[in-house]
Amino acid sequence: MARLIRTEKEVEGRYEEVWLVVEEDALQQWPAGARSIVGQPAVRVDGLERARGEAIFTADLRLNGMLHTAVLRSPHAAATVGRIDLTPALALPGVHVALGPGDIPQLEDDCNYEGVAVAAVCADTLAQARAALAAVEIEWTVREPLLDADEAVRRGQYVNDGPRVRERGDFERGLAEADVVVTGEFTTAVVLHNSMETHQAVVQWVGDAVEVHISTQYIWGVRDTVASGLGLPPDKVRVICHYMGGGFGSKNEPDDYTFIAAELAKRTGRPVKCALTRREENVNSGNRNATIQRLTIGAKSDGTLTALGGDFLNAVGWSGWSSSTEGPMQMLYACANVKTTTYGAKINQPPMKAFRAPGFVEGTFGLESLLDELASKLDLDPMELRRRNYADHDAADARPFSSKRLMECYRRAEPHWERRHEVRARSTDTVKRGVGMASQIWYGGGGPPSYAWIRVGSDGRVTVVTAMQDIGTGTKTAMAQIAAEELGIPFEHVTVSIGDSARGPYAAISAGSSTTPSMGPAVRAAAADAKRQILEIAAQRHHLEERVLDLKDGNVVSADGNLSSPLSEVVGLLEDAQILGKGARGPNPTGMQVLTFGVQVAEVAVDVETGEVWVDRIAAVHDVGRVINPLGASSQIEGGIIQGVGHTLSEERLHDPKTGRILTSGLDAYRLPTIADVPEIISELVDEPDEHLTNLGSKGLGEPPIIPTAAAIANAIRDATGADVRSLPISRAEMLRALREAELRAKEREKVGAPAGV
Amino acid sequence: MSNTLNVNDHLYEFHSPAGTTLAETLRDELALTGTKVACAEGHCGACTVLVDGSPTLACITLAHSVGDAKVTTIEGLREHPMVESFVRSDALQCGFCTPGQIVSAVALVEAKAVPTRDEIRHAMAGNLCRCGAYPKIEEAIRTWQD
Ligand code: FES
Ligand code: FES
Repeated sequence: MARLIRTEKEVEGRYEEVWLVVEEDALQQWPAGARSIVGQPAVRVDGLERARGEAIFTADLRLNGMLHTAVLRSPHAAATVGRIDLTPALALPGVHVALGPGDIPQLEDDCNYEGVAVAAVCADTLAQARAALAAVEIEWTVREPLLDADEAVRRGQYVNDGPRVRERGDFERGLAEADVVVTGEFTTAVVLHNSMETHQAVVQWVGDAVEVHISTQYIWGVRDTVASGLGLPPDKVRVICHYMGGGFGSKNEPDDYTFIAAELAKRTGRPVKCALTRREENVNSGNRNATIQRLTIGAKSDGTLTALGGDFLNAVGWSGWSSSTEGPMQMLYACANVKTTTYGAKINQPPMKAFRAPGFVEGTFGLESLLDELASKLDLDPMELRRRNYADHDAADARPFSSKRLMECYRRAEPHWERRHEVRARSTDTVKRGVGMASQIWYGGGGPPSYAWIRVGSDGRVTVVTAMQDIGTGTKTAMAQIAAEELGIPFEHVTVSIGDSARGPYAAISAGSSTTPSMGPAVRAAAADAKRQILEIAAQRHHLEERVLDLKDGNVVSADGNLSSPLSEVVGLLEDAQILGKGARGPNPTGMQVLTFGVQVAEVAVDVETGEVWVDRIAAVHDVGRVINPLGASSQIEGGIIQGVGHTLSEERLHDPKTGRILTSGLDAYRLPTIADVPEIISELVDEPDEHLTNLGSKGLGEPPIIPTAAAIANAIRDATGADVRSLPISRAEMLRALREAELRAKEREKVGAPAGV
Repeated sequence: MSNTLNVNDHLYEFHSPAGTTLAETLRDELALTGTKVACAEGHCGACTVLVDGSPTLACITLAHSVGDAKVTTIEGLREHPMVESFVRSDALQCGFCTPGQIVSAVALVEAKAVPTRDEIRHAMAGNLCRCGAYPKIEEAIRTWQD
């Protein structure tokens, strides 16, 4: 029965109170371990069409009569449009319509960061639209931008209501009880998502309804936002995304380009495409904001943590939200006294957007680095220090975990950790080698609502229908596996139809590591519903009781083994009739905290003369409950780690310190990892179902693997060289600074520790 | 103005004005959208095609400069075993960089059927993949003849 509840919904670590209608999840979980299809490696169901270049991405759409758009964006970090004249643009060949400030709310004349959309032109070709844009006459009154996040905090300029203070126990008393206190200031740079397909939409009006083809992570969110923005009933907005070229958190909303295309399409009566260029993408489509973290850890001499404290400064940009950079400090360890204050500084920089575990990537770098500094002060094995402070329930809000197998992750990581002696021994005078580790905590439980339908045809083949998106994570494949497993039919007999709000029920956002844990249980429930109907029919056909029948390997079988008849034979009776199953995602366990965990062990080499750092190997062990597709999962882990290596060593959005203008909008200046930068990656998943979570026991894996990478590398650098790196990316300059500091410290110690007269 | 392009052994007439890039002509005029454009500045490799067998960035190559040379795009390589190898190895996630990766990989193995790890890393370093499918791309190129 459907049940109405008021509950907390979590996406990307942010909670909202919402009303939800949930349907009870009556299915028992499958026993732990790989099954005949779920838990076995599966090749992507849409791999071939993507590899062959047949998949039509939003970028590839060519609708009849489609017009192209160029957008004039503010080149200034803080400026007002004094005068703007669009008429010269309108006079140029191929131009249809020009829009200026105020024509739609997304075009503004008061610009508080570089990249604010001011005007837009659509023309027959993109080249014509760009030429026309260049002809727009515009005068600016430029203001001095506020770029310093610390200064914004001093002025009380926040993106939200003010600092977020979270405290438990008594931090000051915890510090007083500590035998050792370590402190450190850590900084992380702005990094850019750089999805290979830029943000874009093609919009066309069909009667009083609008069709939005968009590269998005959230078909249904786009539908609602477009509907409210255009004042339409949501059912008059159809959102389509069959394939999309990466998002990483930046494509959860429709943004300015969709509304620009919608208005131009309305005015011209033609389909209009508005696509960001790579340079627009890197200025204006979101970023992982920079942070400053001022951290303190107090501990007893046996390593027991007595106090954790931090001031976390998110340099958010002009808008956005202040991520849970304090999250890892609040949640990762058992510690009675924790106090964090998080500031969301509002500065004249482009707004942040969620980027693969926002806040936790940055916060884990600070916390886990400083924890290793503590370990070396106490002369404790870093792994042992973490075990001693293991949290057996969520200390931040006193709830039990639905499941937590971090200790098992540590155990499985031991062989990798043990390599440190042998790795260090390979150091030379100039190239030092070492091994470091870091833990991971994050959300990833998913949640309702999410729905799926199953259609069984008379040939016994099955289609899963749900209006979700597959952003490259392989969820489409995972859904086919789940349906095939539940229905006892071959994987190849399942087709998955996704990507269109007009052709399927509501499906979850692909963000917050939530697609598989949200959608998977709904698909399984729908498959179970279809299976029940098939067995009802088969029971009547074979004059047997339904309860003795089951589906196995594409056959209807009886418990006594006397009956084994192909599924197509039973459903073949139906001719054109179809069996339709439907399923909904049940609720998350009440009163429990659903989280993901893991550990990574990194091996590095550092050239102490040049400051160059190489990452040679990363071993990752994560606990995300039941694994649906180990092949796809290993790819996700590798992808997360590689992005993590980029953030750690090379990626950094730079801006002009005076004007605030972005200097790294091109891929020549913004340094993404290439295949040549990739370390050896070993991944392992604990693969134990979370017994409290849904009919699957699966959590999400999109974000966990990127979280501990930076800290594991920084800790390996400390192990190799004794140097404490404090800022990301670890440039050569930062590496050399840390080495010099370590050298001075060693000299000091020698002086102090040296016996008199020597 | 009309010109011809030899793409995947098919002679196409095209009308794009001078200054049009090969990528634009392929995608916008010939509707061969398998070739992707991710940066349009020659920095990412998504638009890689073969021109007389050599990997070439179509986004910074002018259509009119190609002349009689033979252009091979992903559409012309669909039956190449490298495609199947990429799928088998899970060497793609979102798949947007993949056609360009496959074209570069084909050029590499045409030059040397069994490249070493370093040769793969060297030859493929110009093809960015933000999803980080690199380890599996390396594997796909190592095992393409399996
Ligand atoms: S699109 Fe040609 S190199 Fe990036
Ligand atoms: S697979 Fe997504 S960019 Fe390579």
